[in-house]
Formats: sequence, C-alpha cells, structure tokens
Amino acid sequence: MARPVKKTIQEINARIKSGDVVVVTADEMTRIVKDKGAAAAAREIDVVTTGTFAPMCSSGAMINFGHSVPGIKASSVLLNNVPAYGGLAAVDCYIGATEPCLDDPLNKVYPGEFIYGGGHVIQDLVAGKSVYLKATAYGTDCYPNRAVDKKLTLAELPNAVLCNPRNGYQNYNVAVNSTNKTIYTYMGTLKPKMGNANYCSAGELSPLFNDPYYRTIGLGTRIFLGGAVGYVTWHGTQHKPAVARAPNGTPLRPAGTMWVMGDMKLMSPRWLVGVSIQGYGCSMAVGLGVPIPILDEEMARYAGVSDDEIFTQVIDYGEAYPNGHSESLAQVSYADLKSGAITVQGHTIHTVPLSSIVRAREIAGSLKRWIESGEFLLGEPQFTLPMEHVGG
Amino acid sequence: MYSKILILRFPRTEVQKPLVCNLARNFDLVFNILNAGILPRKEGYMVLDLSGTRKNFKEGVQYLKSQGVDVQNASQEVKRDDTTCIQCGACTAVCPTGALSILRPEMTVTFEQQKCSVCELCVPACPPRAMKVRPIRQAFF
Repeated sequence: MARPVKKTIQEINARIKSGDVVVVTADEMTRIVKDKGAAAAAREIDVVTTGTFAPMCSSGAMINFGHSVPGIKASSVLLNNVPAYGGLAAVDCYIGATEPCLDDPLNKVYPGEFIYGGGHVIQDLVAGKSVYLKATAYGTDCYPNRAVDKKLTLAELPNAVLCNPRNGYQNYNVAVNSTNKTIYTYMGTLKPKMGNANYCSAGELSPLFNDPYYRTIGLGTRIFLGGAVGYVTWHGTQHKPAVARAPNGTPLRPAGTMWVMGDMKLMSPRWLVGVSIQGYGCSMAVGLGVPIPILDEEMARYAGVSDDEIFTQVIDYGEAYPNGHSESLAQVSYADLKSGAITVQGHTIHTVPLSSIVRAREIAGSLKRWIESGEFLLGEPQFTLPMEHVGG
Repeated sequence: MYSKILILRFPRTEVQKPLVCNLARNFDLVFNILNAGILPRKEGYMVLDLSGTRKNFKEGVQYLKSQGVDVQNASQEVKRDDTTCIQCGACTAVCPTGALSILRPEMTVTFEQQKCSVCELCVPACPPRAMKVRPIRQAFF
C-alpha cells in the first residue's frame, strides 16, 4: 500500500518553477478521478484549474482619477453619465456594475432595456476607450475647483482596481415562473407556467464546487480575474457556508462566495463585459478562475466532482422568491440542467444556461497554461474562507 | 434546393383560400409557417420558410402573386455579432423557432439563421447585446 499523498503549496510552487508541475482543468480532473480513482489522481496531478464566466452583480472598480489644477474635492462623480460614488476622498470614486446611466428610462417602458451602466463603463475603460468624467464639488480652501469635465482613458488614471465584493457564488438557484405572465428577472426572461428554467453556474468547472469546504482558498489566493492576475481578498458578501450539503461536500443551495480584487489596468474587455438584463438592470459578466492545489487524496476527490453529483434547487421566481420564500420545487443536478430539460412536478421544462460554459472552459485552459509556463505561482492563503457562520 | 424566408400579405378577399397548401400540392414546395395572423382589418400575414427546387420556388411565388398575395423577402434579418456574443445561452429562453440553440455536450450556443423568423425577441434578451436587426437590401426575385 502506497503512502498517502501529502503536498504543500510551497512544494507545488517548486514544481511550477522547475517545470515539472502537472496541471489539468476541472473537467479533465473529473474524468481522471473517475478512471483512476482519487488516490492515483492525487499522486499524478498537482493543480486543477477552474473557471466561470457569467453576469456577476456585486462587481465594480475603485478609481482614482487624479487631481486637476486647481484641485477638486469631488462630491458627485459621473463616468459616461453613470453615477460613481465619490464619498471616499477628493478624487477617489467607486463605480458599481449595476448602476444605470442617469438618463436611462429604467422600467418606465416595461421591460426596460438598460443599455448602458457601470459594467459598460468598466468594459469601455479596459478596452482603452476614453470615458467622459464629470465631477462637481462645493469647493474648499484647499480644493477650490467646483467642476471638472474631462476625457480619461484607463492608461491616464493613476489607479484603477477591480474590487468585487461578491463573485463566484458556490451554487445558485434554478429560476422558474409559475405565474400566467412572462417575468423579467436577474435570472433572465422566465416564460409563464414554467415555460423555461434558467440556471447560472459552470457546475463542475465552477471554482467553489471544486473545493467545497474552502480548504485551499482564502486571503491571498492568486486567481484569474478579468483576463489578468487577481486575488481573493476576503470571503464575499452573503457568504453562507452553513447550508445543507451533499455527501461529497457540495452545497445544495447558494453557499460560499469570494471577495476578489485585481489591477484593472491589466485586464481585458473580453473578460469584463457590460451586460443588460432586460427588465432588471445593468450588470457585468466577469471571468474568474481559481487554481485548486491537489494537496492530498481528499482534494483530488473534491476537484474530481462531476455535474451529476452537484445539485441545486428549483425556485419559483413568479411567486415565492419576490416574497422572500425559497421553497424548493425540485432538486436537480447540473447534469440534468445541461441535458436541456428537467422534470419539475411532472412537467418537463426546457433549461436555459446564463453562465457560459464555453468561456469557463477557456478560462480554466488559460490558467492551466499560465501555471505550466511557470509565470503563475500559487498564492498561499493567510487564512481560508470561513466555514462557520459570519453574520448576516 | 432553394430556401428563403418570405413575408406574405393576403388581402382580406383572399384570406379564406388555402393558397399555401397549394404551394405543396401543385409546386412540390416544402413550407414551415414561422408566424401568422389576421390583422384587425381582416388582412392576413404569414412568415413562411419555403424551400424546393429553384424552378418550383419561382413558379410558386408567381402563383401567390397571381392570387393577389404580396410577397416580400423578409426585409430584415437578425445577425449575431460573434465577437460580442459570450456564448451564455440566455437567448435560448425566448427564441421561438430554435434558431438559437445549445449544442451539447459542448454547450456552444449556435445560431442557424435559416430557422430565424425575425421575431427580434433575442435582441433585448441577449445580455451583451450581440443580436442585431439589419435590413436586407438585395432583391432576389
């Protein structure tokens, strides 16, 4: 009997530097663990790369737009007519992905289109387009300027940091609509009488499904974020690890989340995409990938999880959800969801993905190449995401 | 094999006649009705995917015109900007004809324009707004 595998992140990093590291994507790992078992997989594989690309509300950018002469203590800030929060300092602001532009008709003509918002401003900036800044102020002795109007590009900004307080939800609801009319939700368009079931997770490719108890992810974990290197800096808002879980550790409902940050100046418009959710609002699709170090057999088993072993709940967004209820109409697996149809209370319902599997696979592949090339070392977390309840 | 999506407009005097059925019986054309309705003033319209040999297609269209039906090429078409599309699949919730569908197990979102009825529902349903309505300029018959 071979000795159980035990590896440290430092040992794996040494293998990355020497070029001996073995990296596979999460979907490849699923097959490897199925074929060879977790113990053999743990010996063979050092890192499993994950990926997800979907609209992620609770995203935004911390921007310092630099002082003009004379200086200004900006109290109201607009970027391409989208309000940014300016109550941080004189020329710092935070632009949130879901903020619509000022003259948006919103849902006055229902369902609203929400063509341009904070996520689109961020995408325009990373695409190198110039963005129109309009700041106003009440004027102080030290910062007498009362208005600044100028065009800015990302390159001209002193600092721009993507700062997303909640990304990479570990599992999410499947949305259906039991009412008699079409509804427009953040889970997309839902046709009446359960005409479709929308879901939003990369399943077996999704980061937190591959480390369900957050054994390796925490402050300092180096990740793929928006096409560049980013970091996990905290547990995300609404992080709720204490939910019912399957025997393999994956939660049966929305659970953990990650707070992530990275230098926006290095990011790409391919991986930060402003989106318009009809009847709901603006948001931004974020490309996110987390490398999972295979420290032992247990981690290999976790990272080998497959879509047919990951489950979630079907929730009625027509009646229950708007009223704060979350009764499950059915429990379904991601294999069911990806097959194109699920069965809920005897009805067969056509399923609709909102999370791009094609792009998720591309992220996992990029992260794999970064690690194999030796340019991306694993970040060792100072502490991991909490497993106990953390308020809220 | 020749195939086009046509918009037919029937005058109120003709809506009772089984004209489209005759396309199949007399001209050996295959049709798929993508959309149809009767308007308040009793005129009918129909969006038809019509296919057959080029010769039969031409004769079939001539027959419709001889019966007083206004035949137009779908004057608009929906195109996908593949650089903007993020391959998510949100559009498949609303597409009524299956022109937008998911290729499994790859989970690629495909757009088959010949199945598109130009209903335009996908345009606002696409989160990154990759679906565009464009006018078709060329005349073809």
